[in-house]
Amino acid sequence: MTHHDSHHGHGPDDFISKYVFSVDHKVIGLQYLITSLLFLLFGFILIMVLRWQLAYPDQPIPFIGNLILGSTGGVVTPELYNQLGAMHGTIMIFLGVVPLGVAAFGNYVLPLQIGAPDMAFPRLNMMSYWIYLPGGLLMLSSFIMPGGAAQSGWTSYPPLSIINPGQTVWLLAMVLIITSSLLGSINFLVTTLNMRAEGMSLMRMPIFVWAQFVTAVLLLLAFPPLEAASILQLMDRVAGTSFYLPAGLVVNGEALKVSGGGQPLLWQHLFWFLAHPEVYVLILPAMGICAEIIANNTRKPLFGYKELVGSMMFIGGMSFVVWAHHMFLSGMSASLGNFFLVTTMIISVPSVAVLTCLVYSLKGGSIRFTTAMLFALAFLPMFGIGGLTGLPLGITVTDIYLHDTYYVIGHFHYVVVTGSIIALMAGVYHWFPKWFGRKMSEGLGKLHFWTTIVCMNGIFFPMFITGLAGQQRRLYDPTAQLHNLTTQPLNVVSSVFAWLLFLAQLPFIWNFFRSIWHGEKVGDNPWEATTLEWACPSPPPHGNFEKPPKVYRGPYEYNVGKKAAWVPQHVAEVKA
Amino acid sequence: MNGNYGWGLPIQASTFAKEIDLGIYAIHGIMFAIFILWSVFFVYLLVRYRARPGVPSEHWETGTLQSMIPDLIVLGIEICLILFYALPAWSRIKMTVPPEGKSNVVEIVAEQFAWTVHYPGADAKFGRSNAALVDAQNPAGLDAADDAGKDDVVTVNELHIPLGKPTVVYLSSKDVIHSLFIPEFRVKQDAMPGMKIPVWFEPTLTGKFEIGCAQLCGIAHSIMRADVFVHTPEEYEKWLAAQHPQTQPY
Ligand code: HEM
Ligand SMILES: [Cu+2]
Ligand SMILES: [Cu+2]
Repeated sequence: MTHHDSHHGHGPDDFISKYVFSVDHKVIGLQYLITSLLFLLFGFILIMVLRWQLAYPDQPIPFIGNLILGSTGGVVTPELYNQLGAMHGTIMIFLGVVPLGVAAFGNYVLPLQIGAPDMAFPRLNMMSYWIYLPGGLLMLSSFIMPGGAAQSGWTSYPPLSIINPGQTVWLLAMVLIITSSLLGSINFLVTTLNMRAEGMSLMRMPIFVWAQFVTAVLLLLAFPPLEAASILQLMDRVAGTSFYLPAGLVVNGEALKVSGGGQPLLWQHLFWFLAHPEVYVLILPAMGICAEIIANNTRKPLFGYKELVGSMMFIGGMSFVVWAHHMFLSGMSASLGNFFLVTTMIISVPSVAVLTCLVYSLKGGSIRFTTAMLFALAFLPMFGIGGLTGLPLGITVTDIYLHDTYYVIGHFHYVVVTGSIIALMAGVYHWFPKWFGRKMSEGLGKLHFWTTIVCMNGIFFPMFITGLAGQQRRLYDPTAQLHNLTTQPLNVVSSVFAWLLFLAQLPFIWNFFRSIWHGEKVGDNPWEATTLEWACPSPPPHGNFEKPPKVYRGPYEYNVGKKAAWVPQHVAEVKA
Repeated sequence: MNGNYGWGLPIQASTFAKEIDLGIYAIHGIMFAIFILWSVFFVYLLVRYRARPGVPSEHWETGTLQSMIPDLIVLGIEICLILFYALPAWSRIKMTVPPEGKSNVVEIVAEQFAWTVHYPGADAKFGRSNAALVDAQNPAGLDAADDAGKDDVVTVNELHIPLGKPTVVYLSSKDVIHSLFIPEFRVKQDAMPGMKIPVWFEPTLTGKFEIGCAQLCGIAHSIMRADVFVHTPEEYEKWLAAQHPQTQPY
């Protein structure tokens, strides 16, 4: 079978097909890794500019202001502010965290962990990256197009999104990005189901694989409605339809010439039908990464493997019936709110279960505090804060006050930044030796860890206080409203920590690139881990395993049965 | 403190503000307690089970039910919150609207970037309005031909209401989505183009309060603000009588 042969032995030799249009899951994984990290950095730079305006409304940005915003003398205009906000959200979610957590880590690690030579559809895999990249570049290019970038929030609620400039490119780019995600998710599902090594039963799969599997189901089922919804919005903008526009709109004193009959609420339903599962797409891979690292560094099996798998599946299923908790005050029927209140409370229980299992996993361990482990451990309390603060937002009555305030911004950044991003950092430190055959510096890693954790809390904790004081989100100038004046100093605190967070990433960037070439050389399995990705060389050759591995046991046999300190999945017999 | 606002929640100035705050405080108390207990346990585990030479890890499991105790506790708390707090309070605050006969009724139309308030006047009937008639002199677009509108009053970026009875607002929008947010009243409701959504509240204090827009509505979203003036009933009547009806010539 020629298809099969191409997995083994030598890969292509020329640069273009080896590193650019590669079909090797590992190269594609690294392409996604570098690209999504760059997008994250870009999204972060946008928010650093935005945070200047929040801290010091209407003052020109010192030093670099004239350089980056020449035409306004360094002042962030309201148009630019709204572009920064919308593009930050969009880039961070759709171009940063999802591609990093799913496409980068999933692509590289998942086939290795199940003992496969590659993904099920290598060409589809390549295509998925080469649709993602143009989609992302198109999204960024909107900044220099006439009308600028989208400025209606990452949620793009019509009618605003239909009358605002910049939205057309956003929609086109979204269609590309979603298409890329869909191709990827099919590939992950088929790979997990069909490409497992002999003996790798479903219940022997590492938790990370389970997390990616559930995530792929979510992407596959949740994204198509948004793709359709985006195309409808595009039609409203360019073809004069009015799927989302009611009759009788008057904009700026002039009647809008549309036939009407549409419903702005329709968009919100379709959007959140994707966007709630999407938050689990952001968090499930993070949980999977933490589970791997915690098992490995406590030197004992995970607590409650079955409970973890069951909880993740339950989360995945439930995540399709909670979407309208983002719409309690949208004008949707108030009694419908009760339904979504109940489903939202139900879905929080399996999330607690995941956290509980991971914490219980520490008990009885012999904990090694590597940099990866520090990040994975920090995930637990920080994601805890994110989850807990979701409670008053999910309770309809308290959400009346907290909805659309900075409390929400604080809540979900605790989830996606101190949760997802922290876990993804953990993953980088953990799997770096597999990618490059060298380790990152632990000293710089720990510096990176402590400064990052302090800065992140410094940014996001004050947002709970400004939110409780009533500061709305997406405000160009909070001081234009009386109720925000007292807490304005906290906006300065947040901003200063945001800029410091940037400095805290410099050791990471240096460490990453230096270690690729000059890091400490390590063997195939530096962490003494049991899962299959550590059974092949670092970095793995084209086709991954010398001969197809065979699996004899569960994923985390550390100190089980007192036979040996740890037994990899592919080892058949242990001598006492 | 800066007037009604400080480092915590703003002052309570509506009948249900207490009820909403009770939930906010109680939930934060619970969250805080869970987080502290949990953190103590977490730190204990990290210290107790740090790697030490010669001490191997030990495999540890409990029964399924036992391992789910924390989950069940959270579930129990949530069920209580739903049954004894969220469902009853939500049904009082959002699912029911006080009868119009016993309330003060106004219409608010949001637009980029202002709030236009339409009072029905002494006859308690709103005159017909028509978007095509809107101009600077007639911000609500009232139709002079309609008798019901003869005594109607219109204000822009000011909402005047009496103390002592609920106010019902019929909220709509001309252009994009806005959101009526009155922090001291703990009121928030999106204004959805194409819909007329009832919102109600009953003030408990006289004075001046702030209205903000809580939904991104364009470049001037942050300055889309207004004031609520709560008058005693007598003062309110006086204020209303002193207003020039919208459709009457000067
Ligand atoms: C690490 C540094 C980060 C900082 C300092 C930061 C800060 C902020 C701030 C201040 C806002 C509110 C903007 C406004 O008022 O308009 C915001 C919005 C948002 N952020 Fe972040 N953020 C960070 C990372 C992330 C990440 C990693 C994600 C996603 C995975 C993310 C997703 C979002 C989203 C979706 C919004 C809402 C945008 C909107 O309102 O349209 N952020 N962020
Ligand atoms: Cu949600
Ligand atoms: Cu507005």
